[in-house]
Amino acid sequence: MPDSTVVGLNHEEQDRPELLHHFSTAEQQRDASSLGMWVFLATEIMFFGGLFCAYLIYRRWYFGDFAAASKSISMPLGATNTAVLICSSLTVVLAVWAAQTARRTLLLVSLALTMLLGLTFLGIKGIEYKQKFDEHHVPGASFSFDHEEIPGHPGQYANQSHAEIFFALYFVMTGLHALHMIIGLGIFLWLFYMAWRGRFTPEYNTPIEIGGLYWHFVDIVWIYLFPLLYLIDRH
Amino acid sequence: MSMEIAIPQPVERENYLNKEYGVWSWLLTTDHKRIALLYLASITFFFFIGGFFALLIRLELLTPAGDLVQADTYNKLFTMHGMVMVFFFLIPSIPAVLGNFLVPMMIGAKDLAFPRINLLSWYLYIIGGVMMLHCMLTGGVDTGWTFYAPFSTNYTNTKIVEAGLAIFVAGFSSILTGLNFVVTIHRMRAPGLTWSRLPLFIWAHYATSIIQLLGTPVIAVTIVLVAAERALHLGIFDPRLGGDPLLFQHLFWFYSHPAVYIMILPSMGVVTEIIACFSRKRIFGYSFVAFSSIAIAVFGFLVWAHHMFVAGMSVYAALVFSLLSYAVAVPSAIKVFNWTATLYKGSIHYDAPMLYAFGFLGLFTMGGLTGLFLAALGINVHVTDTYFIVAHFHYIMVGGAVMGYLGGMHFWWPKISGRLYPEGWARLAALIVFIGFNLTFFPQFILGYMGMPRRYYDYSHMPEFQVLNVLSTAGATVLGVGYLLPMVYFLWSMRYGKPASDNPWNAAGLEWKTASPPPTFNFDEEPVVTWEAYNYEELDAPRKEEVPVAR
Amino acid sequence: MSDHSKSSPLPTYFAVFIALLAGTGLTVFAATLDLGAFNAPVALAIATVKATLVALFFMHVWHASERLTKLVVISALFFLLLLLGLTMTDYATRLWS
Repeated sequence: MPDSTVVGLNHEEQDRPELLHHFSTAEQQRDASSLGMWVFLATEIMFFGGLFCAYLIYRRWYFGDFAAASKSISMPLGATNTAVLICSSLTVVLAVWAAQTARRTLLLVSLALTMLLGLTFLGIKGIEYKQKFDEHHVPGASFSFDHEEIPGHPGQYANQSHAEIFFALYFVMTGLHALHMIIGLGIFLWLFYMAWRGRFTPEYNTPIEIGGLYWHFVDIVWIYLFPLLYLIDRH
Repeated sequence: MSMEIAIPQPVERENYLNKEYGVWSWLLTTDHKRIALLYLASITFFFFIGGFFALLIRLELLTPAGDLVQADTYNKLFTMHGMVMVFFFLIPSIPAVLGNFLVPMMIGAKDLAFPRINLLSWYLYIIGGVMMLHCMLTGGVDTGWTFYAPFSTNYTNTKIVEAGLAIFVAGFSSILTGLNFVVTIHRMRAPGLTWSRLPLFIWAHYATSIIQLLGTPVIAVTIVLVAAERALHLGIFDPRLGGDPLLFQHLFWFYSHPAVYIMILPSMGVVTEIIACFSRKRIFGYSFVAFSSIAIAVFGFLVWAHHMFVAGMSVYAALVFSLLSYAVAVPSAIKVFNWTATLYKGSIHYDAPMLYAFGFLGLFTMGGLTGLFLAALGINVHVTDTYFIVAHFHYIMVGGAVMGYLGGMHFWWPKISGRLYPEGWARLAALIVFIGFNLTFFPQFILGYMGMPRRYYDYSHMPEFQVLNVLSTAGATVLGVGYLLPMVYFLWSMRYGKPASDNPWNAAGLEWKTASPPPTFNFDEEPVVTWEAYNYEELDAPRKEEVPVAR
Repeated sequence: MSDHSKSSPLPTYFAVFIALLAGTGLTVFAATLDLGAFNAPVALAIATVKATLVALFFMHVWHASERLTKLVVISALFFLLLLLGLTMTDYATRLWS
């Protein structure tokens, strides 16, 4: 609860140029920013949630066709990407710690590594998308999923329309996730710039913390996407 | 400067309106009060557009034959009427205008938590609005505002993707407003302002914000799927390719049902403030009213499939949703009881805001009760897609939400503009609105029950429906007059209205403790709250100075 | 806000990191086994454990956050489950009659 009753520019504002005028104290500003990011992540849970809902329904209806389609996407690449994101979550959390403990070099290195890992993720994703494009598995006019066996049912072939639904959901879900990744890269580029300029101190590092929250959320979405999309039936 | 005799002007105190002049001081403002006025102008503009479509619809329905417009055009008329009114008028209306203006003031803050995001919200709304306008001007959409698949994804050749994108962008405006309100209410209350001392207007907006935050993303992603399906001829919702049209409806209504609570909850908050002030009593059952707002927000997410009872869903699921739909009426009923109990033995003043509040009480109750009829599966099958449904939701949206909005605009107009509106004209307008509304929509209950389908431009196989349709159109004209009047006298009052004092209504609430219009940072000193909400007994107690003191 | 704890959080971070990588490996391994109807629940359970670890320790929900943060997270998950669960009441029972 704000305890300042002073009008206009208060003492804190004079020492702290980053304190915005409509907040009473730096703590209030920090708490507001943090709550704001958490609330935003709640909206993102619902955003992806709609897609998960569609996915779960069709996976239940067309399990065999989905399994066949899932088998055709590269599990090693998906698993690698999962590991890449996990590493990037570690570098993010190191960046926050570095900012809190005034370790400038570690902060910059962690932020840079996070971005590098993010780019790696996107690069691998690009390779996967190219594979799908070459195999005509991209939904649309040139889609074809002919003569693909349903795992565990030799002789039975997947229904092409149902497989197309899988790929539609695959591209929308991973595409949306990749878009969030790109936005995250933009955010971390800006954080890197600010860190380079020395804007972060143990007292003020909220942008890194809330940028980190966003990044971890993107990681969590992938933690669910990986088994759901890549591991339907791999035995 | 040339030599002129300066005419002495009364010194006007600096307030948020005169602090800066010029277009850019408005377009780049981060002051929540100015942003509220930006929204006021924009939503009024879209109200006219939506109203224009309504006028054409009612004109067509004057005669049984489809003789004013073609069938496809009529489809576009009711679609655009719905889309504009829902997404560009009703959903923003009270939160973006009154909420933006009052939430910081009511909690003693200088602004919302994220003023620049607030401005971004407005720009997103405008961008979405411009996209929708462009869509309408270049052909529009004909699927109904509900844009059901597979018609919207496969068969119609109207501009679904563009309209969908417009709504997507406007949806983010809504999400960001909700985010701003939630964080503001949690973090920026003045010292001493505990949750149980908050005005119920704040509780209502908090509940509304929860819905905006959690529901809107789902329709956003649904629009993405519809756009993808249309562009790439996918089969997500197409039964010929293995898709399920009902999945679209589930995802659509998961948002769009709670959306109706976005539209009504703020209005309930307004009505609560008005009833307390104009009965000079604290609200009966404060905690019940507060928690019922939260309950409506939560329960509202549990009932969406009652829009799908006849669509082919499982009858067992329908039973579940029917039961839940009865349950969702309870918190609303609790509010009605508490408002009524507040009025009881109150000192009632019949100013224009109170007239709108009374109108709300009656009309919202009727709309809500007819909702219970619709929750019953048997009746629902009979009246689905008839004018009964149209009447039901207009009673709540127009008889409820719009009346509340108008009441709130009147109540807080002195604070917003620093001027009093002409009370006589306002009461007349309220009466005209009430009469016009009932004349427009009550016949529609009868029409629907008798079997007149909605979304039909031609009812020449049922010519006996014409009388009621003529009544309804006549009512719509009266209603239109009732809506135009406030626009005229509000504008008039900005120049010629009597200047308002800080608290012309002697109302409770922090917003009334500062000047009308308020200074840019709202309060000269941060308030410290030591009193409960709605302390009308203290406000109305005779002041010591008035008691003559023997000298 | 995160408290500047007396002990370093680094060991926890690295432990969670290892756990997350191990979980990924475990998920992949479990997918190669035939667990019948349990393949999906097992995969989702491991994913949930991983997600929880990230939320609790990397996003500081465990140590350094207030009740409100936890309430926001739980509410979002609650409404997500509502969306999934209530929709499934339709799909799971459509063929009953």
